[in-house]
Amino acid sequence: MMLAELLPDSVSYLDIPIKLLFAIIAVLIPAGTTVYLYLFKMVSFMQSRLGPMEAGPYGSLQLLAELGKNLQKEDIFPLRADRSVFALAPYVVLMSTFLLAVVIPFGPDAQFTNINVGVYLALAVSSVSVVGILMAGWASASKYSLLGGLRAAGQLIAYELPLILAVVGVVIQAGTLNLQGIIQAQATGEIFGWGGLGNPYLLTQFVGFFIFMVAVQAELTQVPFDMPIAESELVSGYMTEYSGFRFLMFFIGEFATANIFAFLASVLFLGGWSVPPFVTDLFGIAWDSNWMNVAGPLVMLTKMLLLTFVIYWVRFTYPRFREDQLQKFAWKFLIPLSLVNIAITGVLKVVF
Amino acid sequence: MTAISDRRQLAYIAAQAADARVNVELEAEGMTLNIGPQHPATHGTLRIVARLDGEQVIEADPVMGYMHRGYEKLTEVRTYPQVTTLINRIDWLGSFANEVPFILAAEQLMDIEAPPRARHIRTIFFEMARIANITLFLGDMGVQLGAVSPIFYAFRDREHILNQIESATGGRFHPNFDRIGGVKDDLPAGWIAETKQSLDRIRSFCDEMEDLLVGNEIFQARCRGIGVIPADIGLSYGLSGANIRASGVDWDIRRDNPHPGLAYPDVDWKVWTHPDGDSFARYWVRLQEVRESCSIVEQLLDSIPSGPIMAKVPRIIKVPEGEAYVETENPLGIMGYYVVSQGGLEPFRVKIRSASFSNMSISPWLLKGTYVPDVITILASLYFILGDIDR
Amino acid sequence: MPSEADTDTTEETVVTDEAREALLEALTSEFGDAIVDTHLQPGQDLWIRVRTESWADTASYLHERQRFRYFNWLSAIDWLPSPFGRSLDAEVDNILTPPDAAEAEPQQHGVCGGETRFQVLARVHSLTTNLGLTIKADVAGSDEASDLSVGTWTHEYPGASWHEREVSEMFGIGFEGHPGLRKLYLPGSFEGFPMRKDFPLLARLVKPWPGIVDVEPMPEVEEPEAKEPAAPSTENVEADGSGE
Repeated sequence: MMLAELLPDSVSYLDIPIKLLFAIIAVLIPAGTTVYLYLFKMVSFMQSRLGPMEAGPYGSLQLLAELGKNLQKEDIFPLRADRSVFALAPYVVLMSTFLLAVVIPFGPDAQFTNINVGVYLALAVSSVSVVGILMAGWASASKYSLLGGLRAAGQLIAYELPLILAVVGVVIQAGTLNLQGIIQAQATGEIFGWGGLGNPYLLTQFVGFFIFMVAVQAELTQVPFDMPIAESELVSGYMTEYSGFRFLMFFIGEFATANIFAFLASVLFLGGWSVPPFVTDLFGIAWDSNWMNVAGPLVMLTKMLLLTFVIYWVRFTYPRFREDQLQKFAWKFLIPLSLVNIAITGVLKVVF
Repeated sequence: MTAISDRRQLAYIAAQAADARVNVELEAEGMTLNIGPQHPATHGTLRIVARLDGEQVIEADPVMGYMHRGYEKLTEVRTYPQVTTLINRIDWLGSFANEVPFILAAEQLMDIEAPPRARHIRTIFFEMARIANITLFLGDMGVQLGAVSPIFYAFRDREHILNQIESATGGRFHPNFDRIGGVKDDLPAGWIAETKQSLDRIRSFCDEMEDLLVGNEIFQARCRGIGVIPADIGLSYGLSGANIRASGVDWDIRRDNPHPGLAYPDVDWKVWTHPDGDSFARYWVRLQEVRESCSIVEQLLDSIPSGPIMAKVPRIIKVPEGEAYVETENPLGIMGYYVVSQGGLEPFRVKIRSASFSNMSISPWLLKGTYVPDVITILASLYFILGDIDR
Repeated sequence: MPSEADTDTTEETVVTDEAREALLEALTSEFGDAIVDTHLQPGQDLWIRVRTESWADTASYLHERQRFRYFNWLSAIDWLPSPFGRSLDAEVDNILTPPDAAEAEPQQHGVCGGETRFQVLARVHSLTTNLGLTIKADVAGSDEASDLSVGTWTHEYPGASWHEREVSEMFGIGFEGHPGLRKLYLPGSFEGFPMRKDFPLLARLVKPWPGIVDVEPMPEVEEPEAKEPAAPSTENVEADGSGE
């Protein structure tokens, strides 16, 4: 209710600053949460160490310390760097993250903008980061950065395709490109006539979910697909020459994008901000009642944390592929698999 | 102030000139990529000048000497007991193993034989140095391939071995424990039982690595068929240790040329070989080697004889005239010392044959035509320690 | 030294001796006058010294005919007695005394003898017989780098390449036919050959050896009696051994 009032449909002077504020909250708060929970703590426990323990209780303020450290650092430009492009690249990468957040729904009305081709827009703007990475790689005037940038370009383009094709199955099943529509289809859907759980596409589109998550892992350049920043080969890939605040932006971009993709995956496959119908029945509210504007972001956060857990779990367990093996994996396995998935989904859609 | 800045400037100019020289030598089509001297994959200061065509390496030339400490020259002004302090630093992960061949060479020249208990203790620490060294490799290989976690497990479990070495010798990394004619001290009370416990941890670590890395499809895809060394080429380059055993050469100094100063004939173990000769084989052979080392240490601990730990050695050690070459199967491969004595307090000349130097000398041949990610895999699987290359 | 291990070693000595003698026989009969001197340390090692001209041929002969397939290492020795004296044997640190005082000490060659100041030596190993062999050769010529040279081993043993580069920069010995005799460790502009005996070890020149400067009076070298075995108390040993 109150969120609906705060975010009116008509454009006002207040509108844009508030949306900006919420966008920053929607991007940065989850990013901080995952970085602390997973990157600092979970991974430390996996690797039989404690992780940060000094800043705040259990090191919970470590992130602020890191922020302060990075802000104090000198902003170094390499001697032969293309200065303007070099300076701009992190902003481009971060911009794609914020653009992605635009279409993610956090509640029936808690959304920055509700457009009918939400999925389409999300997948389109996710590729903007490639431009930023290429800019960073080229402008750094470092061979490692260049190799990293080129690897990133090849990899991100290769994995766009399975990412999109995996979503096509969901779109066919939901019958809409609107993200709210996809959530509605999952929340009110039925599996063989039983609607207690709704119809989260995780169950009916599990192949698509698998492909989507693998492609997301590659899009995020996380292990086992982290060739662009492979620290044992290319030092840090396209980020090698960055320091201070600009490095921090890449860093935030990396983790915030992971969260946004996890949000997107939970919208597409886990029912987004909706909870299974048997829960709403328990409270006696409709699936899209105004209460969900308050509970929805929390539900989304929970689902996002579940998915990012998987992302980081894989990241810190597996070795990385080689570049050609990665391309082979995309073109010879994921894409045919997703095409078969689309075909089967289409057939079943017609049959049922 | 000006003097310092001048010197810095000169050093900078010299470095630039050195770079330019190497670059000119390799000048041709394609891109020249300097891997190192400061690079995460070289764990030390090795520099590999690679000429790339895309990501393919046309030519790779290791440039060394960033860490050359001139041990061969320094040994000429040290007495024999002082030398062991120095050579401890050659392979710094398995330091004790560096001392042993030198001490054995000196003993051979002096015609001294260590008592049986000292031989056993020596061999125990020799094998524990091997475990301490190779467990780190088992984890490090994962890091080089992008799996971050295994190295932490390696450090965790290696710690127990280091603690045992420390509690007996007083030094975690550099024990300096071996003496001409025996060892410095006896084992402390309760040490044997504790060591057996730490060996169990290493065994479970090996099982963990078997699950985490050896059984991993990505690991196999990255390592199998990469950096294949045929046996005869490996032999002519002087490869040794697990590198040559991974090429199917069934040769282990510990079994085939055992020195009487070490207790290897008393124990029973298996020398593992692998027919493939690729990076995976090298990893696998080393993994088995750690397990065999555990069993060697355990057998030696069970059968350790009582008695003195030092032979009768004069207070001032003067080594009679002569030449001796003793080599042992060190963690990284064959390590040998050619000691020339002219009857003084200090050796006249010591040639240090270190394993990594020969192991790395194959790298220009091996890296030709590979891809940049494979360069890292191959270097990691050859397993060098910079101190062992540069000496 | 007399211990129960003695019997093992004598047996072993006999076995390896036969093998080494057979090898020596084969080498001398087939390689003939190229071999100048040989030395056999029973049960331990075998040295041969070949003529400088046959240094390179030795490699191919050993590799092809005797199946010494394993190249172990290659190095060199400067037999010149250090002009700075045997520092640690001296009563006082004589590092700063003029070099010609120590020059009088005669050159003293080791196993297999030799005539020249520099010798190259290499070691190969045969996996079929499991024997190692050390080969030496004199390097004739004056001390100038351009003059001293022997043939290269890199054609038979490519692994010799780095070893020869090291020897050439450290001793100033050239290797004819080596594909790229660049410096291996030292910076390109380095002058001098550090492993030569007359190349001063700067650290020693700058600072006298503390072990000599404040040496405590050593007890007389006790040869026949009063040797302390430096062994620990035997009770301790027994307790530990039986405790397990």
